[in-house]
Amino acid sequence: MAEEEDLSEMANDVERHLKLDPPKPSPPPPCPSHVLENVLENVLKFLTSRRDRNAVSLVSRSWHHVEAQTRFEVFIGNCYSLSPARLTRRFTRVRSLFLKGKPRFADFNLMPPDWGAQFAPWVAATARAYPWLEKVSLKRMFVSDDDLALLAVSFPGFKELVLLCCEGFGTSGVAVVANKCRQLKVLDLIESEVTDDEVDWISCFPEGETHLESLSFDCVESPINFKALEGLVVRSPCLKKLRTNRFVSLEELHTLMVRAPQLTSLGTGSFSSSTHDGAQGEQEPDYASAFRACRSLVCLSGFRELTAEYLPAISPVCANLTSLNFSYANISPDVFKPIIRNCHNIRALDSICDEGLQAVAETCKELRELRIFPFDPSEDSEGPVSGLGLQAISEGCKKLESILYFCQRMTNVAVTAMSENCPQLTVFRLCIMGRHRPDHVTGKPMDDGFGAIVKNCKKLTRLAVSGLLTDQAFSLIGEYGKLIRTLSVAFAGDSDMGLRYILEGCPKLEKLEIRDSPFGDVGLRSGMHRYNDMRFVWMSSCRLSRGACRDIAHTLPSVVVEAFGSDDDDDDDDEDDNADYVETLYMYRSLDGPRKDAPKFVTIL
Amino acid sequence: MAYEKVNELNLKDTELRLGLPGTEQAKEEQEVSCVRSSKRQLQSDNEEESTPPTKTQIVGWPPVRSYRKNNNSVSYVKVSMDGAPYLRKIDLKTYKNYPELLKALENMFKFTIGEYSEREGYKGSGVLPTYEDKDGDWMLVGDVPWDMFSSSCKRLRIMKGSDALVLDSAL
Repeated sequence: MAEEEDLSEMANDVERHLKLDPPKPSPPPPCPSHVLENVLENVLKFLTSRRDRNAVSLVSRSWHHVEAQTRFEVFIGNCYSLSPARLTRRFTRVRSLFLKGKPRFADFNLMPPDWGAQFAPWVAATARAYPWLEKVSLKRMFVSDDDLALLAVSFPGFKELVLLCCEGFGTSGVAVVANKCRQLKVLDLIESEVTDDEVDWISCFPEGETHLESLSFDCVESPINFKALEGLVVRSPCLKKLRTNRFVSLEELHTLMVRAPQLTSLGTGSFSSSTHDGAQGEQEPDYASAFRACRSLVCLSGFRELTAEYLPAISPVCANLTSLNFSYANISPDVFKPIIRNCHNIRALDSICDEGLQAVAETCKELRELRIFPFDPSEDSEGPVSGLGLQAISEGCKKLESILYFCQRMTNVAVTAMSENCPQLTVFRLCIMGRHRPDHVTGKPMDDGFGAIVKNCKKLTRLAVSGLLTDQAFSLIGEYGKLIRTLSVAFAGDSDMGLRYILEGCPKLEKLEIRDSPFGDVGLRSGMHRYNDMRFVWMSSCRLSRGACRDIAHTLPSVVVEAFGSDDDDDDDDEDDNADYVETLYMYRSLDGPRKDAPKFVTIL
Repeated sequence: MAYEKVNELNLKDTELRLGLPGTEQAKEEQEVSCVRSSKRQLQSDNEEESTPPTKTQIVGWPPVRSYRKNNNSVSYVKVSMDGAPYLRKIDLKTYKNYPELLKALENMFKFTIGEYSEREGYKGSGVLPTYEDKDGDWMLVGDVPWDMFSSSCKRLRIMKGSDALVLDSAL
């Protein structure tokens, strides 16, 4: 039958491009299929998971069509994997868009500025195609004030804007969104760079009751009009999440809490008093009482300029907290420990206090996610012995699923203990800050520890390795890391075999980021069969040559291969080996070929 | 390797080498990184070809986003001055030594401070800068090395008036 032929052709199409490619357009199917489509539409509306939906869209052309019509939330993991036009052609009723731009290593200055990931073409396309758009979430994108202005005027029903790790805009852009998006429920600026245009954006919210449920601006490094903020909070009865910036003092925070005791999530701003100590007594607000009144508070963050003497005020809410972020607080163990000992229900903890981990292990039995950032983020500082902290956590927090842990040095024993005590870990990211540092007790490489992690943690999907590692470590990762989707490698391995082990061994690998490791062309070529199925590969300061990268580009037309280097790259083409050397390789699959907006320093091979 | 002068002998001079006299020994590679390309991967401000990068100059390592680094390297302390209606805050990390700090305090609170001496403290102006250290004790500013001070100082109090005069004369 004709339909069978179409089916297999389409299946081939889709199999090559997996999640993204639509079939060739065709005339609408005859009547019985209309009935099927109606039924399908009503069924598919219940499917929300994008992986399920991708699977559904592979069944047949009509299923593909109906799925496209009923997909209201679109997730695009790499903004350059397809063009905005392709998005709007396939999906016609999008209400929510999540776009990710730059790869993660851009956060650490490994990518030159102005590389790309502009929101502009996306907002332009969606403004035309989806006037009913309600939600936009962007991560590591370049967003200009003009983009925000266009967004604000193009979508009358716009409800939620989340900007994670973005840059390119300022308070003037935020002001336009605040003013024009009358249905706004969520405005979350998280870890983004927001330039201070000296605009009082808080005052730009319209008069009258707002629909605001979440307002986060803790990353905004400029003062705000507190009176206006107070007024805004008062007229936002639905407000549940409020994350203020460090320009909000403790007294001001108190005022806000009194006005909004219904808050579930609070970013406490500076957590520091601005008044003279002599005026204590009758004038100082009762902070503990304000916290006690917030019976629904489950998430606390902020503490940007923590004055330790006021911290006990949060005690009334500690027992209810499920999430606590102390990572911006200069918090010492003797201040941290008494607080954490009350936090029996904590599920997510961010801190810099690795000395307090024993207390965490003893108290926080519900802990699922732990992130310990370095107090002194340099290689050579003498920190406390962190292996003990890790071991304590693994013994005390048996439900741990995700850990990010910075330390100066580590032992295989501690890492192995973690793998045995917490076999349900899905995310293990250990950053031993001393490069190439071996086990500080035995002097051996950290191969055994990470090997134990991949062997014992059978659900592991994300892994970051560090310390002195030989190819053996990668052999183990390739052998046991069958579910790993994201792998980060820095200053590790001996030879191309290390890279080969990973590329030949990890079938689910989607995101691979490597820096400063001795992996070269042979290793790169060994992954030829994988790159079409991966979201991206990043390799910087390795041993790649242009020739090998070009080979990849020619062999795999669906993979865009970008090469770029440090800023002084362009001029120095005299030496042959330099011209051949690829400082940074960033390659990703794409349905629409090389991008047109690549800056001069990027060469697309 | 740096050749030490041992007993006034410069060992380098007496070393037996095959090279011609006057040729410089190749400097030692400090970089442990196994990446070897003649291209440097550093920040653009390191122009000198002769100095290999020290460990702390590796770009983007450790992988902590810059705003986190900034926050943790800020150490604001409250500064109170007797008689002033409100406190101020200063970031100790912005000063490198005592003279800089004292000058900033002088500007902030519009006073002048006497000269410091180990024996007599701050003589002559009736103003005493004091600080609370990690143990909760109130100490005179200036006695310990700057780094020790800046890491243990929790808050500052500038005493003046009668309290200061009493202490002044007692010292």
